[in-house]
Amino acid sequence: MKLIWVNLSRIAMAQIEAPARRRAAPSPRGAGTGRPRVGRLDEALAIRPVRRRDLDPVIAIDAVVTGLEKRAYWLSVYRRYGTGTHPERAFLVADLGGRVVGFVIGEVRDWEFGSPPCGWVFAIDVQQGVRLGGIGTRLLEAIAARFRAAGVTKLRTMLMRDNTLILSFFRSQGMMAGPLISLEMDIEPARP
Amino acid sequence: MRLQKNTSLALYSVLEFAGDPQRHIPAAEIAAKYGVSPHHLAKVLADLARAGIVESVRGVGGGYRFAGNARRLTLMDVIQRFEDIAPRSAGASSTPVERALDTVLAEIDDNARATFGSITIATMLRLIERQAASATSGAGPPRVRAR
Repeated sequence: MKLIWVNLSRIAMAQIEAPARRRAAPSPRGAGTGRPRVGRLDEALAIRPVRRRDLDPVIAIDAVVTGLEKRAYWLSVYRRYGTGTHPERAFLVADLGGRVVGFVIGEVRDWEFGSPPCGWVFAIDVQQGVRLGGIGTRLLEAIAARFRAAGVTKLRTMLMRDNTLILSFFRSQGMMAGPLISLEMDIEPARP
Repeated sequence: MRLQKNTSLALYSVLEFAGDPQRHIPAAEIAAKYGVSPHHLAKVLADLARAGIVESVRGVGGGYRFAGNARRLTLMDVIQRFEDIAPRSAGASSTPVERALDTVLAEIDDNARATFGSITIATMLRLIERQAASATSGAGPPRVRAR
């Protein structure tokens, strides 16, 4: 099983307390235009579990940022997180009047890195044209609610530290640096 | 890490002004609150005004007010006007010991820049609000009032 997989260039690995419902905060800043009015958006927006037919718009949203259409990869993600067979896994989409405009994926993991069970957010993205309307916030709140129902009170994520856009979004949600430190090293070539 | 005094003063001031953006706050009020001389603070505020982060309002009831975009302006935007926290130049060290130490210090600096660059003034105001709410009852009003 792959542990960390999707869009890590767009993901954080900070740590927050599972957020209680709070007033609307900004979703990821970006090149979005046509910012929807929050009142109108609230009426039309639903956060719901992904369906198989949602994969095309999810793949399209991802492809805008990554430049790659990773269909096989997204199918495997759907099978792992989207079939609803594991309550500790969540793949949710933002449905705006019948149109999928964002998604969030994560799962509760136990005792990873020596940590008590907590919820990890692996991927979150909102279609560029509807950013800054609170959709990212709603997605994060929805997956936090799933994690809370699963009995955990921490939510974590990880991202590149030069990804200011998403880092600022998670910060705006109240996330702070957690106790984990990310380390890496080059693996030297095998000696002959 | 410790910020230089002027940098801290600039951040205190910006957060005070942004926390109450409709009010013109006299520099003397900020100076008294943070225990610095008005003359010293005036230089900091002048720098912030030149950057368009605050603007001065003359006359009776005058003072300064926040002129930036709290959802866009980051701590880094303010800090880098008062001190240099740019990445270290790679070729500055000559010995392996210096280079090794620079590698460690660069790691710390990278994390500091990522932190400062990702926290907006609006996020700070919410953090201040939470700090105030979690303070023990009777601890007094928050130092900065969030919108």
